Amino acid sequence: MSSKTSDRIATGIFVTIAVIIISLLIGLFYFILVNGVKQISIDFLTKPSSNLLAGGGIRDQIFNSFYVLIITMIITVPLGLGGGIYMAEYAKPGKVTDFIRVCVEVLASFPSIVIGMFGLLMFVTLTGWGYTILGGALALTVFNLPVMVRVSEDAIRSVPRDIKEASLGLGITHWHTIKTILLPSAFPSILTGAILAAGRVFGEAAALLFTAGLSTPRLDYSDWNPFSSTSPLNIFRPAETLAVHIWSVNTQGLIPDVKEVANGSAAVLVISVLIFNLLARGIGSLVHKKMTASK
Amino acid sequence: MSVFTITDKAFDVKDFNLWYGDHHALKNINFPIRKKEVTAIIGPSGCGKSTFIKTLNLMINSIPGVKMSGEINYNGQNILNEKLDLVDLRKNVGMVFQKGNPFPQSIFDNIAYGPRIHGKKRKRDLEEIVIKSLMDVALWDEVKDRLNAPALGLSGGQQQRLCIARALATKPNVLLMDEPTSALDPISTLKIEEMILELKEKYTIVIVTHNMQQAARVSDKTAFFLMGELIELDETSKIFSQPSDERTEGYITGRFG
Repeated sequence: MSSKTSDRIATGIFVTIAVIIISLLIGLFYFILVNGVKQISIDFLTKPSSNLLAGGGIRDQIFNSFYVLIITMIITVPLGLGGGIYMAEYAKPGKVTDFIRVCVEVLASFPSIVIGMFGLLMFVTLTGWGYTILGGALALTVFNLPVMVRVSEDAIRSVPRDIKEASLGLGITHWHTIKTILLPSAFPSILTGAILAAGRVFGEAAALLFTAGLSTPRLDYSDWNPFSSTSPLNIFRPAETLAVHIWSVNTQGLIPDVKEVANGSAAVLVISVLIFNLLARGIGSLVHKKMTASK
Repeated sequence: MSVFTITDKAFDVKDFNLWYGDHHALKNINFPIRKKEVTAIIGPSGCGKSTFIKTLNLMINSIPGVKMSGEINYNGQNILNEKLDLVDLRKNVGMVFQKGNPFPQSIFDNIAYGPRIHGKKRKRDLEEIVIKSLMDVALWDEVKDRLNAPALGLSGGQQQRLCIARALATKPNVLLMDEPTSALDPISTLKIEEMILELKEKYTIVIVTHNMQQAARVSDKTAFFLMGELIELDETSKIFSQPSDERTEGYITGRFG
């Protein structure tokens, strides 16, 4: 076979693979959106869900999803950033660092259902909180932290060495160099990573089943006291998120419009994750452009 | 080798040795550096000249596995002493690197960065420092209308001059330059050489260069390094006209290196 022919065959194979991937993605989107979008209405988005009757909405689930996400990110981002800074700047190459890295990687590839079980044990039973938003957020933190550490470490490492040297050469201390040079330069990549991680958290169900629970108490959106039991802001209440809702109506829903609710919720979820990803790209490149003035 | 009086010396390096792991990179260096002069260091790649200049402000410390012995006296204090204040040393001994490496910030912030962190907070003071530093490197006229523009938008030569201005802004006594023009075009190179001649009125300058014409043009003293040894250190005019060591002669006449 001539090298030209084999080149053509190779090109053909790769194009075919690309086409398969793209058509899978388009098919999936098409299926979810065609089935789901027609279920989405103002009513659907603003009414609480119902247990028995048809026509329930997903208002509380949407709120819960975002709220759990925010709490998770509040815990994850500082921890992950700290871990990333440590791994990139302070950890001396050696056995201990290698061990930490292996731990982070193992944690990153943990099945989320196992993390859910761990969460049940730690944040639900051991603490005696029961199903809570905080418990769910902590379980998601376990799930999310390795990604955040990894993203931060890579972002800091990818800052050109010479600007770090320039700063140290001016007599700036290591910590000040990290704070004023490395972190701002790494910020766009860290932000992109954080938003992508947020998308992952947003769509996560398994880790939340046993930690944040499958129900939501009756919420009063005019009650902003985070310690009141009917307040949406209370972090010690159970909260069913959108992804969990899809799973629960599908497996144990008693309402007659299970299919419609599930499809509508799926569409909302997918659109949200899509928006997260687009935002990540958009904001990341915008900030990067602004900071580096690269054309 | 001419003998300097103590007060004449910015640096006095005595019996200095440096190892990268097992590799003996600098061997028994004795090297006085006189104040307010330009000292050029020449030599073939791998001769240890960059390593040497990086030890003068201890940037070498960031490389793992480096061992040093001997003395490097700066203003009568041995900087190899453990108790030395690195921040203080580097404020006094500024460094310019091979490639211009501005921070991804505005022109103003790049230069104000050092003074700001070292405690100058008032805007007036900072402005004064920025203007003065930019004038010292003859960049002021080119950038005065766009101090808030990103530094990375400048040309390569301008970026390198900006980095020199940034180093000057912390008011050092010594300026170390590690092949500062190796990545620049001839015109930018010329500008930087002219600037060096002006700067030596106020600063002690040590410059590592691959370019022998450059050493001949800008320096008062020239040192020739070979395989980790300081072969010869003398007046630049003498090194380039009648070097006393035949290896120096071989190098500057282009027989090796």
